[in-house]
Amino acid sequence: MAPPRRVPFPWLKPGVFVGALVPFAALAWQALQGTLGADPVAIALNRFGLLALIFLVASLAATPATLLLGWTWPVRLRRMLGLFAFFYASVHFATYVAVDQRFDWPVLWADVTKRKFMVVGFAAFLLLLPLAVTSTDASVRRLGFRRWKALHRLAYVAGVLAVVHFLWRVKLDIRQPLLYALVLGALLLVRVVDAVRSRRARDRRQTAASTV
Amino acid sequence: MSHPPPISEITPEPLFRGRREFLRNAGLFTLTAAGSGGALLALTGAAPEKAAVPAPEPAPLKVLGRYSTDETPTGYADVTHYNNFYEFGTDKSDPARNAGTLKPRPWTLSVEGLVKKPFSVDVDTLLKWFPLEERIYRMRCVEAWSMVIPWNGFPLADLVKRCEPLGSAKYVAFQTLMDPAQMPEERTHLLDWPYVEGLRMDEALHPLSLIAVGLYGKTLPNQNGAPLRLVVPWKYGFKGIKSIVKLRFVEKQPETTWALAGPSEYGFYANVNPAVDHPRWSQATERRIGEFSRRKTLPFNGYADEVASLYAGMDPKKLY
Repeated sequence: MAPPRRVPFPWLKPGVFVGALVPFAALAWQALQGTLGADPVAIALNRFGLLALIFLVASLAATPATLLLGWTWPVRLRRMLGLFAFFYASVHFATYVAVDQRFDWPVLWADVTKRKFMVVGFAAFLLLLPLAVTSTDASVRRLGFRRWKALHRLAYVAGVLAVVHFLWRVKLDIRQPLLYALVLGALLLVRVVDAVRSRRARDRRQTAASTV
Repeated sequence: MSHPPPISEITPEPLFRGRREFLRNAGLFTLTAAGSGGALLALTGAAPEKAAVPAPEPAPLKVLGRYSTDETPTGYADVTHYNNFYEFGTDKSDPARNAGTLKPRPWTLSVEGLVKKPFSVDVDTLLKWFPLEERIYRMRCVEAWSMVIPWNGFPLADLVKRCEPLGSAKYVAFQTLMDPAQMPEERTHLLDWPYVEGLRMDEALHPLSLIAVGLYGKTLPNQNGAPLRLVVPWKYGFKGIKSIVKLRFVEKQPETTWALAGPSEYGFYANVNPAVDHPRWSQATERRIGEFSRRKTLPFNGYADEVASLYAGMDPKKLY
């Protein structure tokens, strides 16, 4: 019998999994205790939305972490982080539709047709849907890695839309959404710089090969 | 003498070694879970905070004035811990935490502009001029939440008459204290400080307009705009300028802080109107603090019978 393949840091993934559920448990606990403050629905909406954005940004940080720092462990967490982004986005969305607006369809329809801040938030959520569905290994095989990878670049679009949704939501104090915009922009920049450099390297190799 | 354990009960060596590793992994797992969980709580502002001691809830006076609603007042703790007062921070819990730096005594109100004789008056003297009354008013924030607050104060009209405005005075402009030492956020450029607001003369003279100096029968807490704040219950809450130091009677419509900050979103009149959405959200419904379901927002916040006539014949587009 072959010895089981040893996974480095076997504690990492289950640890982050449990940690990712802590804010959900904390909010549920505070809601039951009635300690969510004067406007608990608004607090729940804001926290779930922010958590979705945090996990989305965290999942997008995996590749830059490899490129910049040579770390490989973030990539092993990426799928889970992305699925938590989808989880919290779904809870955020469901809280708005079911708890805040009580399925008031005319209002919800007006939201997605008239209010651009709602439109971008809803679009970000919709974009995460195919990514969550195709997050399995089987999907990667079925689509082929190149196509799967191209599809999952939508995560960046969803991230930008989520930040815009956040920016347009706040009345005046845009410091926090700006911070997330900066982090997202920096992560995107790392990838763009890397793509440009590897293309140049490839071109050089091709030039070198053709002159031999 | 105990028997040697049967061979099946002896821990195999790899497992014996694995136990140590298991314990180490369990420790690291716990640290990771606690660390990531704690970081998320901190990032989303959910970290447990020392619970505010609920203040004793004084019973509101039982005699309802002509203009008071009989709706259940919002709890004292919520009225004093859920505030928009950007001079002390933009989070609703910031004012209760940070407004300790405000010194509401001694306090001088100055009256300027188109009046018979400009003057300044100490707030304690001012309080002797007018009998205080209780008014239980609905308060509708432009952010689509609302409260019911038992205010103590005196009609703004009484103060305006005392100022003896000239016939040319068409508006009253109000100004909040400008002192970054007392109001730390005035060091930032978040808004164009000091906060300024204004009313048309007939609005200022309307019996519903109130200068509040207390709530729930107690002196106004700093975070609610001590020592003098405006309450205009048929308008969105941001018209209720806090910690007023100056009244200025003017001929032209004065500038107002939120209309300066977002002219496409906030106007001078800012009358509560469920039919006119904020550009980014609906104003048709509101969440009453302390209630779970939304309720319908009423035109002029339910004070249409009293105030709608003030705006007869005006272009309805200008009213919000």
